[in-house]
Amino acid sequence: MLAANELTVERGGLPVLRGIDISVRTGEAVALMGGNGSGKSTLVRTLLGLLPYQRGTVTLFGAPLRDFRDWSRIGYVPQRSLAQLAGSKVKEVVAAGRLTRRRPFRPLSRADRDAVHNAITLVGLSDRLNSDIAGLSGGQQQRVLVARALAGEPDLLVLDEPTSGVDLEHQRVLADVLAGLLAAGTSVLVVLHEVGPLGSLIDRAVVLSDGRVVHDGSLGDLGQHRRGLGSQQHHDHGQQIGDDHDQNAETLLGGAVEP
Amino acid sequence: MIEILSYPFMQRALLAALLTGLIAPAIGTYVVQRRLSLLGDGLGHVALAGVGLALLTGFAPIPIAVVACVAGAVVVEVLRQRGKATGDVGLAVLFYGGLAAGVFLSGISGVGAGGLAQYLFGSLTTVTPGDVKLIAVLAVVILVTTLGLAPQLYAVSTDEEFARTQGLPVRLYNITVVSLAAITVALAMRTVGLLLVSALMVIPVAAARNLVRGFTATLLCAVGIGVATAVGGAAASFYANAAPGAFIVLLAIAVFMLSWPVSYLLRRRRAAVLPELVDDDELVTPHTITESHPHRHAPGCGHPAVQHGDHTDFIHEGHRHAVHADHYDEH
Repeated sequence: MLAANELTVERGGLPVLRGIDISVRTGEAVALMGGNGSGKSTLVRTLLGLLPYQRGTVTLFGAPLRDFRDWSRIGYVPQRSLAQLAGSKVKEVVAAGRLTRRRPFRPLSRADRDAVHNAITLVGLSDRLNSDIAGLSGGQQQRVLVARALAGEPDLLVLDEPTSGVDLEHQRVLADVLAGLLAAGTSVLVVLHEVGPLGSLIDRAVVLSDGRVVHDGSLGDLGQHRRGLGSQQHHDHGQQIGDDHDQNAETLLGGAVEP
Repeated sequence: MIEILSYPFMQRALLAALLTGLIAPAIGTYVVQRRLSLLGDGLGHVALAGVGLALLTGFAPIPIAVVACVAGAVVVEVLRQRGKATGDVGLAVLFYGGLAAGVFLSGISGVGAGGLAQYLFGSLTTVTPGDVKLIAVLAVVILVTTLGLAPQLYAVSTDEEFARTQGLPVRLYNITVVSLAAITVALAMRTVGLLLVSALMVIPVAAARNLVRGFTATLLCAVGIGVATAVGGAAASFYANAAPGAFIVLLAIAVFMLSWPVSYLLRRRRAAVLPELVDDDELVTPHTITESHPHRHAPGCGHPAVQHGDHTDFIHEGHRHAVHADHYDEH
């Protein structure tokens, strides 16, 4: 569904991503992990064509990124930032996710309306349709952005740190929503800072460090390597691959993958 | 009102004011959403270069100003998209360049900078039938675009990156917004004037945001306020023998000031539901029947309401009352 080969991204002459290979297959849930500054967000935004890249190839649903037009197949949930969304109703924000399937100068069709309602119901906010998004809690705002991505009924959902700054209960709600989507055959690429309640859904974890892939395999392998070497044990809030353990994880994982 | 309408020049003035009041807030809603509130002001400077050119060449000022303004707006937007307009320096150069060119050109033309005053502050009563026709045609273009493309322009103005993942031609839509803003500025130089047009693009929107919830409602409410203040200001200035442009803007500011207390009252009445306190359904509140009182709690009853799980509590002398069958529970 999504694949990148030897992808290199430079910003201001300095390499941010170096020779990245990554793929998401149909129905798969892939977690993209790594510390702050490891290039997770840059990679996701490059894969979606939001940032330019210097070398390598990106293909979306079999088409090179440049020629890709079938945007309704992709649902993007950016990092939560509401600067310019404040003052909008929840249903207005979510309806913006339906634009891939709408033509200019046409009103919302019955199908559009239903899709918007279904997406909002799916994330459990059907009683907040007319609320100002700025008046919601952080977790609820995040769910609105997920609903917006789902309104276009995508085959691949790309989420950029959907759990950061969101309390555990909302993370569980999100995990339930994603579990339902995966069961229905949707693929998921999710940027995570720590595994948390989403861990049980993840088929494969790709770990970035300093702009390179240092691990591509099951989450279990990742945990085993780290446990075996006596690093961080499981917390009740999930394994951390945060900044504080970054150095640790990098050395450990660096030894764990083939050169 | 009848008396005013008997003068053809006042008919044209009121019609021009009405159209300005319609279009300025309609495009202004997108401009404010994109946090470009001062764009209109800058474009007013650029329009002056067009006026100067028109004075020099003897063409009608409005068409030339429209062209100059749109060109300036597109340059600003392209610079912004390329990331080259950092620090606002590029914008400042363009805007002050426009102002200086306007003054310079009108100087050579022999009219002098004084001739620019009517464009800076508007001169509703000198609007010609040709002006009204041009304003009407462009107003239709602006309204059809701002309302017909509302979902697309909304998406682009609120979250540009997301809009790109929707496959929208984001650049084209951004240029559309600034171009329409530029046309509006150039048209409004006859009514409220170039220095004050930005006020009519921004202030009704700010007032509407206080009064209603949601983007579409804000747009429509802003247009309503814009029309009311533009027509009201133009008519009132006729009787008060005051400058119409200034009158219109002061009226809009008065509406904005009034919108604060009104929004406070609205919020108390309508949505007196504070954000949820506890987000935990498992937490069972003990069933304690509180004292009975004749007052019936209901949304808007005067007691602050708090969302509490599946029901609403009313804050009542320091504790919370929840309606339960025929009595109140202490929560």
